[in-house]
Amino acid sequence: MNAPPAIRAEFRGTIGKFALDAGFTAPAKGVTALFGPSGCGKTTVLRCLAGLLRINGVCEIDGEVWQDENGSFLPTYKRPLGYVFQEASLFQHLSVRRNLLFGAPRHDSGGAKGGIVFDEVVELLGITRLLDRSPRNLSGGERQRVAIGRALLSQPKLLLMDEPLSALDRATKNEILPFLERLRDHLNLPVVYITHDIAEVERLADQMVLMDKGRVIGAGPLEELQSDPSLPLAAARDAAVSFEGIVQASDEAYGLVTLKVRGGVLTAPAPPGPVGERRRIRVIASDVSLTREAPGPSSILNVLPARIVSMKPLDTNEVVVVVALGKDGSGARLLSRMMRKSWGELGLAEGMSVYVQVKAVALAPGRGELG
Amino acid sequence: MFGMPDEIWVPIRLTIELATITTLSLLVVATPLAWWLARSKAWFKEAAATLVSLPMVLPPTVLGFYLLIVLGPDGPGGAIASLWGGRTLAFTFTGLVIGSIISSLPFVVQPIRNAFAAVGDRPLEVAATLRTSPSRAFWTVALPLASPGLLTGAVLGFAHTVGEFGVILMIGGNIPGRTRVMSTAIFDFAETMRWREANLLAGGMVVFAFAVILSMILLEKRFTRAGA
Amino acid sequence: MKLTVLAAALVGFLTSLAAPVRADVTHVAVAANFTEPAREIAALFKQKTGHEAVLIFGASGAFFTQITHSAPFEVFLSADEDRPKAAVEQGFAVPDSRFTYAIGKLVLWSRVVDVTNGEAALKAGNFLKLSIANPVAAPYGTAAVETMKALGVWDALQPKIVQGNSIAQAFQFIDTRNAELGFVALAQLHGVTAGTQWEVPSNLHAPIRQDAVLLKTGANSEASKAFLAFLKGPEARAIIEQFGYSLP
Repeated sequence: MNAPPAIRAEFRGTIGKFALDAGFTAPAKGVTALFGPSGCGKTTVLRCLAGLLRINGVCEIDGEVWQDENGSFLPTYKRPLGYVFQEASLFQHLSVRRNLLFGAPRHDSGGAKGGIVFDEVVELLGITRLLDRSPRNLSGGERQRVAIGRALLSQPKLLLMDEPLSALDRATKNEILPFLERLRDHLNLPVVYITHDIAEVERLADQMVLMDKGRVIGAGPLEELQSDPSLPLAAARDAAVSFEGIVQASDEAYGLVTLKVRGGVLTAPAPPGPVGERRRIRVIASDVSLTREAPGPSSILNVLPARIVSMKPLDTNEVVVVVALGKDGSGARLLSRMMRKSWGELGLAEGMSVYVQVKAVALAPGRGELG
Repeated sequence: MFGMPDEIWVPIRLTIELATITTLSLLVVATPLAWWLARSKAWFKEAAATLVSLPMVLPPTVLGFYLLIVLGPDGPGGAIASLWGGRTLAFTFTGLVIGSIISSLPFVVQPIRNAFAAVGDRPLEVAATLRTSPSRAFWTVALPLASPGLLTGAVLGFAHTVGEFGVILMIGGNIPGRTRVMSTAIFDFAETMRWREANLLAGGMVVFAFAVILSMILLEKRFTRAGA
Repeated sequence: MKLTVLAAALVGFLTSLAAPVRADVTHVAVAANFTEPAREIAALFKQKTGHEAVLIFGASGAFFTQITHSAPFEVFLSADEDRPKAAVEQGFAVPDSRFTYAIGKLVLWSRVVDVTNGEAALKAGNFLKLSIANPVAAPYGTAAVETMKALGVWDALQPKIVQGNSIAQAFQFIDTRNAELGFVALAQLHGVTAGTQWEVPSNLHAPIRQDAVLLKTGANSEASKAFLAFLKGPEARAIIEQFGYSLP
């Protein structure tokens, strides 16, 4: 992560009664999630990035200055971006094909310079059979996929997505997520992705920008923010950490897969997968308990040595503890939620060596599976 | 023509010419005006809208009276007419077109304004994110999406001009072949108790109006179903 | 209960509207050219008799059509003699009530061209538009056409003619200078000092006899009969002459 940031943005101003003071950077490739509660200003920031809203600030993308402090401001239609709105907003008077090609450069097929190619996008998004239909005859999920394709075919240098899955039901969401994952893996673009659903962040994003009340309260890799006790994420009732693991072995007889993670090894229930495959792992704080000594035989499969990093009391009689895997505590971080009483009675303290017991490990669907 | 004597056919021809030219001119004039009314945030916008709507409410005599002054030698009409040696635009076909444009303007602006307002901001924002300049977006997105409104406006403008009587009476001078359109011709026939001719023309106008409005309703249905 | 009272009141109100008008008001349809003298006569009429004459101005042709379709006028002051005659013949007016109340004088008027010698001006033809009342609708228009034919300028001037649908509108065309000149009633120029005039010699056109008639709707109206009587009387005749009409 030492490459210079591709996106550098800062916006400061008031819109009506809402005060925005947000700045962040994002890398040249991969998905940066803009996350926070409703009304925290995520959409406002995205619209500022797009130039749809103009307030004081700076916006630099891949070296191009889109907006600066001296009043220079590039209008939206001159910015090489793609924008996917929450409700697909397809042009009703054009067919799917003409919608897709609406923003495509007139003379360049896109393939010449390694740009985004029509047939590839259409295939990637699974919309080939929809090409000659009217937007009226599409389902919500189909419309959203077309909207994404349309944004991509304009050969953007930055892709902005405003809660693209929020307006869809759970089943449709799970249908589209794999398409988005494929996009993320195939595209060489920075993506800024707004969502209020942490599950989407976990599946798609590498970096996260956390916002609240018009300000950025945290930015960085997902894992770091999730395990940062000063941020609201860790204090949430359903707090969890999400990080990567590599498949080491599969146990078909018991339906288990073993994955190597930083600082240890975890076993999770899953259909067998190829060795070396990268999988996203999710561990919920309330599924993690701590012991001071190696526990005896137990029904819990995942018991690993770790070190306590920090503890933060919550306003209930609970505390959340951040632990790092590995005897030296240099591995992946997990959260553990327990009663204050337990913390006290066990005599736990920061820096202490402990054992974590992970009752449940969830794996995000693998490449070949649908969610 | 068509086996009709001139005194019947010529007013019909004049009326169709007047209505067609007026309608086309109105589309050109009303569309940008309606666009501005739909999207502007200027504080005097609704005052401007009211001004545009005045001809709908003013009696034709009032409108005709002011038009006489505006078109005449004391007004801009006179100045324009002097370019070709005339003194006034009253009593000319051009004068009738101007009068009809003003009197039919609100009937054309209103539906187009509503259609543009219904398009809303979103399609234009989408177009901007797709490298489309505001002017290109107007032609390729806003206009097609608003086209049912333009159609309605055109039909209403045409029908209103065909039926326009008061204003034409006041500024036309009833010149055969130039400004004696169907409405004033019917008046003449009724005055001289030539009921057969009056009925022919009047009845024809009723049938025409019916056909126009019916086709407008059907076209509108078809347009909205086909997804405009 | 309340509804029935309301309904009864409504019916009562509507019937009162349909009932014959009160005896002291009369509705008079007046040819446009006679507007000013009619107003003065009506004012004097009210002063002298206490009756009120409600005046409605317009084109005689339009009035005739309305009268034959039961318009609520009680007295008709036409700009010609043909229409009152037809009204009697067709049974809409009281026979023997018809009389000539004024004889119109045709005038050539212009605010742009000097028409003091009207015949010369017409023959010279130095103008683009000449305004007349639609002959179909107003006798002054017919008289204008007769005049031009008598002077031998009709063929030359016909392409320059514009028609107002009433003598009032013909006047308006000239007043706004949209037409350089035109034929109007002398009465309309009462008090008008702008421009130049030429009184058309009465031998150039058939006399414009303006007839009044009592309509069937006013047959039993005291005010209507009184108005017509007043119109024949010396005070009214003085006013009529003052306004530039001849008297029979």
